[in-house]
Amino acid sequence: MSSLLKEKLHYDKTFDCVQCGYCLPACPTYETMEKETHSPRGRINLVKMVAEGKASVEDLREPIEKCLGCMACTTVCPTNVQYGAIFEGAKQVVDDESEKAKPRKLMEDFFFQTFFPSSKWMNSLGNATWFYQTSGLQKISQQFGLTKRVPLPIDKFETILPSMPSPKERRARVGRYVRKRPSCAKVGFFKGCIMDSVFYKTNQNTMELLLRSGAEVVFPKQQTCCGALHAHSGKVDHSIELAKQNIEAFEEEGFDYIVSNAGGCGARLVEYPHLFEEGSSWHERASAFVSRVKDISEVLMEMDGLLFEKELHRTVTYQPSCHLRNVQKVTDEPLALLKQIPGLTLRELERPEFCCGSAGVYNIVNYEEAMDILDVKMKDVCGVKPDRIVTSNPGCHLQMKLGVEREGLSGKMDAVHLVDLLMEADPQPKY
Amino acid sequence: MEKWIEELKGFVPESRVLTSVADRHSYSFDASFGEHLPDVVVQVKEKQEVSDVLKLANRCKIPVHPRGSGTCLSGGPLPVHGGIVLDMSQWPASIDLRPRDLTVTVAPSVLTANINKAAEEHGLMYAPDPSSAHVATIGGNLAENSGGPRGLKYGVTKDHVLGLEVVTPEGEIIQTGGQTIKNVTGIDLTKLIVGSEGTLAVIVGATLKLMPKPPAVQTIMVAFDEVRKAGEAISQTLTSGILPAKMEFMDQACITAVENFQPAGLPVDAAAVIIIELDGHPETLGVERGLIEEIMQDMGAEEILIPKSEEEAAKLWHARKQVSPAIAKIKPTKVSEDATVPRSKIPDFMDRLQLLKEKYDLEIVAFGHAGDGNLHPNILCDKRDVEEMKRVEMAVEEMFQAALDLGGTLSGEHGIGTMKAPFMELELGEVGLDMMKRIKDSWDPNGILNPGKVFPEKGQKLVLHHE
Repeated sequence: MSSLLKEKLHYDKTFDCVQCGYCLPACPTYETMEKETHSPRGRINLVKMVAEGKASVEDLREPIEKCLGCMACTTVCPTNVQYGAIFEGAKQVVDDESEKAKPRKLMEDFFFQTFFPSSKWMNSLGNATWFYQTSGLQKISQQFGLTKRVPLPIDKFETILPSMPSPKERRARVGRYVRKRPSCAKVGFFKGCIMDSVFYKTNQNTMELLLRSGAEVVFPKQQTCCGALHAHSGKVDHSIELAKQNIEAFEEEGFDYIVSNAGGCGARLVEYPHLFEEGSSWHERASAFVSRVKDISEVLMEMDGLLFEKELHRTVTYQPSCHLRNVQKVTDEPLALLKQIPGLTLRELERPEFCCGSAGVYNIVNYEEAMDILDVKMKDVCGVKPDRIVTSNPGCHLQMKLGVEREGLSGKMDAVHLVDLLMEADPQPKY
Repeated sequence: MEKWIEELKGFVPESRVLTSVADRHSYSFDASFGEHLPDVVVQVKEKQEVSDVLKLANRCKIPVHPRGSGTCLSGGPLPVHGGIVLDMSQWPASIDLRPRDLTVTVAPSVLTANINKAAEEHGLMYAPDPSSAHVATIGGNLAENSGGPRGLKYGVTKDHVLGLEVVTPEGEIIQTGGQTIKNVTGIDLTKLIVGSEGTLAVIVGATLKLMPKPPAVQTIMVAFDEVRKAGEAISQTLTSGILPAKMEFMDQACITAVENFQPAGLPVDAAAVIIIELDGHPETLGVERGLIEEIMQDMGAEEILIPKSEEEAAKLWHARKQVSPAIAKIKPTKVSEDATVPRSKIPDFMDRLQLLKEKYDLEIVAFGHAGDGNLHPNILCDKRDVEEMKRVEMAVEEMFQAALDLGGTLSGEHGIGTMKAPFMELELGEVGLDMMKRIKDSWDPNGILNPGKVFPEKGQKLVLHHE
């Protein structure tokens, strides 16, 4: 077997796994798919087998494609196996060997090379969604089942999209928000692709909370997609280009924090140094960038500039984003913020660490497997009976909405981004 | 596809008869050494399926290797002769607790920690606590006769089994033992099967003994500047009318590794540390704690630490748990042994390990359940270094010899499997081993159940390297 393939598969890293099996109870797909083949230990072993020529890349395809990449295994691994690197390497090898049908390949190229990195396309998506929702087209196509005829299960998702701002509102946004009083920190806001198109209002609320906390907020124009979806789909080279563009975009001004409000994006940003060779200047720049990357919940807690006085009588539960929890290692801050809202009842899930099954584009590409995972999650959610499920990542947010709909609980339960719930409580500046 | 594999699909749903290359590789290993590709993985969920599979296998002479979660450290579930891996892990979990009888009946797939969790809801406990209890199945624990830190006071798995439901190699479903604490009816088949490592029968259910959960625990850490002093202190404690639940030992290499990995405030200059857990009523614990402090001072302890809070105690136990991952940082491959000696011989055994370390130029560290003489000497090496692995093989052989010379045994709690089979005759003698083999042959005339385990094959040697 070629040494190049061994290198791509991170063969050396597979030896860190001592096959103790401690990852098994943490792995959602091992639980729902009931096979070692779909467990972290099983996948790592298969990667090793492929590198040693004992199995083919084709044998590896399904186990790798069905991995959520939730990284729950990395939090329980006693030997600190670099599963993220092994998984991404395997994704790339599987993708390279792929004999995908041409239309799918063309679609993927469009999505990953043009669509996600482009603000123009992303704004258009937001605007098109707005037109679709406000023009009555949504109702008509739902009635005639039009959305059910597209090949991917898009129809399952389109009913759960939030309402959009008008194109006029979108254009009116400025690039810098300065406080009248002196600011205590200068924040560079990382807007994200899906967040800024589909969850535009959440982004606006995020900036508002930062301003009320006493920060100056800047919106660097040159920023682009974080590259998470690319890396998880085996397009590592492209994700490196995106990383470089972001590092440059946030270098210009001396930011105290670079803030993201999407667990998936934040997790990608903090991994930028791994994309570059240690000791290289890009590695150094990436490390400097990462030292300032924080999730919105961390920054709000650190700045401690919000005063919550308005009572909000709701019962909520918190569904942590896997990437926020397992990669960014942010666990307590969102809960601490929720506890500051007077009147709010917080009921924690029995297994908050269990992935919801969204996992980037996993729920679109592996719809059935994702729904099996979601069913496990919803059982837990229904057990605590919240009227709001608080999320910290757009993918989880949509997935939880879908879960609510599948359980027939629309109207009784809803998903809400942490930031939007905080704004509902209308906190006032402390200083 | 072989005809017998097609036949299997007649009584086990096709979705649970796995034949793809990826699936077969995924059941070719456990947490020990070696990989062996099975022909098929059969995931059974009820006893009739087990019976049908075994009847077919017995008729066609196909090897069957039962497997729980595959956390075994001695190679128990490895399909060394191909054939069938019988995956028991997907069996529907059931825990039928009878608190008034202090017993529980469980399915083979139940995770051991969940039995204890269920018992605790009734103020009871299931005592055996292997460190993999949150992953390992009770079926695997029974087959391997697993131990754990609490073994010092409460014994190992076999001391907590009242009865079993098993399927014989010929596919018959039988019950052994019963539900009562006392039961002397006939030859004890229950004890025969527990620890037989899947060579005599497939366990499909078990009735276990529960105990009252001690209302309180007290942790104490003691550091010594000499391993010998630590060993003597353990014997002194146990002969002073005190029986702690746990007495865990770490040598200096382990202490240093933990402090480099995740600092826990252990005394890095100590030659050995003992972490003790007493359990019982709070008043008794107060008295026993005082006695232990006196004993340890008399034995020349460098430091005695009584944690001031539950968090502090938890931190010490966390440090003990971190030994395994921490020492893995020394070198990637861990050869973890469980040779056990009479408790008074621990210092002698430590001396022998030191000699082996120098003789073979290897990283050898030791930690474990010193209170019951069950140490875990670990050799840290690199699987990819063939020359080093050959030195490891020689060192392991001498380590076993040392344990036996001191009146000890090959395995305290991990089992024999493939890893220690070559050394069985050393401990049991030719006739002793033959008597075991006769039992095996009469239970399993066609030798289909877990062949290649426990009993050495002709000329079998420990092989950890591959060229």
